[in-house]
Amino acid sequence: MIGAGDAVARLVRDEGTRVLATLVRVTGSVDLAEDAVQDAVVRALETWPRDGVPGNPRGWLLVAARRRAVDVVRREAKRLGKEADAMPAVDPFPDPVSVRDDLLRLVFTCCHPALSLDASVALALRTLGGLSTAEVARALLLPEATLAKRLTRAKQKIAQAHIPYRVPSAEELPSRLAGVASTVYLIFNEGYTGRDSLTAEAVRLARLLAELMPDEPTALGLLALVLLQDARRAARVSSGVPVLLALQDRSLWEPELIKEGVALVGVGLRRTPSIPNPYVVQAAIAACHDLAPSYAETNWNAVISWYDVLLSVQDTPVVRLNRAAAVAERDGPAAALALVDALPDLDGYPWWHASRAELLHRLGSPSASGALERAVETGLPDAHVAHLRRRLGPQ
Amino acid sequence: MPQYAAIIYASDVDPTRPEATELMQDYNEFGAAAQAVIRGGAALYPTATATTVRVTGGKGGDIVTTDGPYAETKEALTGFYLIECADLDEAVKVAAQIPGAWGGAIEVRPVVDFG
Repeated sequence: MIGAGDAVARLVRDEGTRVLATLVRVTGSVDLAEDAVQDAVVRALETWPRDGVPGNPRGWLLVAARRRAVDVVRREAKRLGKEADAMPAVDPFPDPVSVRDDLLRLVFTCCHPALSLDASVALALRTLGGLSTAEVARALLLPEATLAKRLTRAKQKIAQAHIPYRVPSAEELPSRLAGVASTVYLIFNEGYTGRDSLTAEAVRLARLLAELMPDEPTALGLLALVLLQDARRAARVSSGVPVLLALQDRSLWEPELIKEGVALVGVGLRRTPSIPNPYVVQAAIAACHDLAPSYAETNWNAVISWYDVLLSVQDTPVVRLNRAAAVAERDGPAAALALVDALPDLDGYPWWHASRAELLHRLGSPSASGALERAVETGLPDAHVAHLRRRLGPQ
Repeated sequence: MPQYAAIIYASDVDPTRPEATELMQDYNEFGAAAQAVIRGGAALYPTATATTVRVTGGKGGDIVTTDGPYAETKEALTGFYLIECADLDEAVKVAAQIPGAWGGAIEVRPVVDFG
């Protein structure tokens, strides 16, 4: 029975997101749509496990949610002594194209550039991920009241500033999609250090984007990137401590996710023959690591070449720093240190100091411990500090 | 006769909320009393609904929007337009055409419709 209940809960959650996307369009309000879908979902969870899932669960939820929304609007109009605006009808058998379009509208509204990234992350997890406010708060390590306030403020801005519920035009799409992808990737990275529920949410959102926009290289590249990194999940943390890529037990990596990610990289590359896509290229780098039988056998030439491609579209000090780490493996620590030392403006970035500490240590330089101290001062995560301290040995 | 902009700096409230009823009555009284000299005006939603628009690299450059009001003191308030647009996307596009956006910033804030 628990199994059946879980299956219903999952179905309700998946359908709930689609129903919400349609209800936002029909009611013109994220708040009202959320309330209405929430009400319908509660009813479904009460009745479906007992009476069985209806033949058309989506239609059932749509009709129940709209009925609730109409009630709320009528009640509010009565309170204000006004006439209630008529609400468009819903089609209980919506065609797949209209369901897809509504979901896309929801995606682009949640990740609208007039909203802060924090607000977009919260909205995406709440509306697209279908998590409750309490679950989103837990996942982001925030007090529930803080998160609730953030969501209210975001929804108020959408309503009062009239952020449109629309799929961007073809010319706007690349830049708007970049905003959506960075929101999802931020969620993934937030969860990367052991909060598996967040990485799972990010993978789910990335799947949704790739399903909705199967021709967009950014969507394909993002999904490939998160799958290829998520494939290492079981090996990435051992007894609560993060394990470096070089030391991970590769037999714990998930071959199915790697296979899927690599295939997506192939599709993404074929779709971007002239202008590289940053997500596809980052996924290609992740694929080089995932396909290597051991750290020592990594194809560093390929990794470095992909970093060169990435630099042609995303030349940032952080990308250069990561490239230098690959250079260290191929050409030795002296060559890499020269590259790292040449990077400007990274004095406040703990990973720059950590790279220097590692490279100086490999070169047998006593300056390594000073670099490590700077890494600590600038906020290197504890587990990595501990790892470097072990590497450097007693001072 | 010369005209003046009277720009209001006050507590950041939503004038459509019940808490603002008394304040709105005061404004209505002022509006009635100063009817002869008022040429226009608007109540704005709180700064939480603001979007700041900048154009990087001067005229025709990339439009960069950020959530929230203009929060620096480098530039000075030099004027304003009241624009009517279908939605925020359209308003941001218009704001980016205002020369002030090319080196400074335009804060786009929705106006309350009391109708």
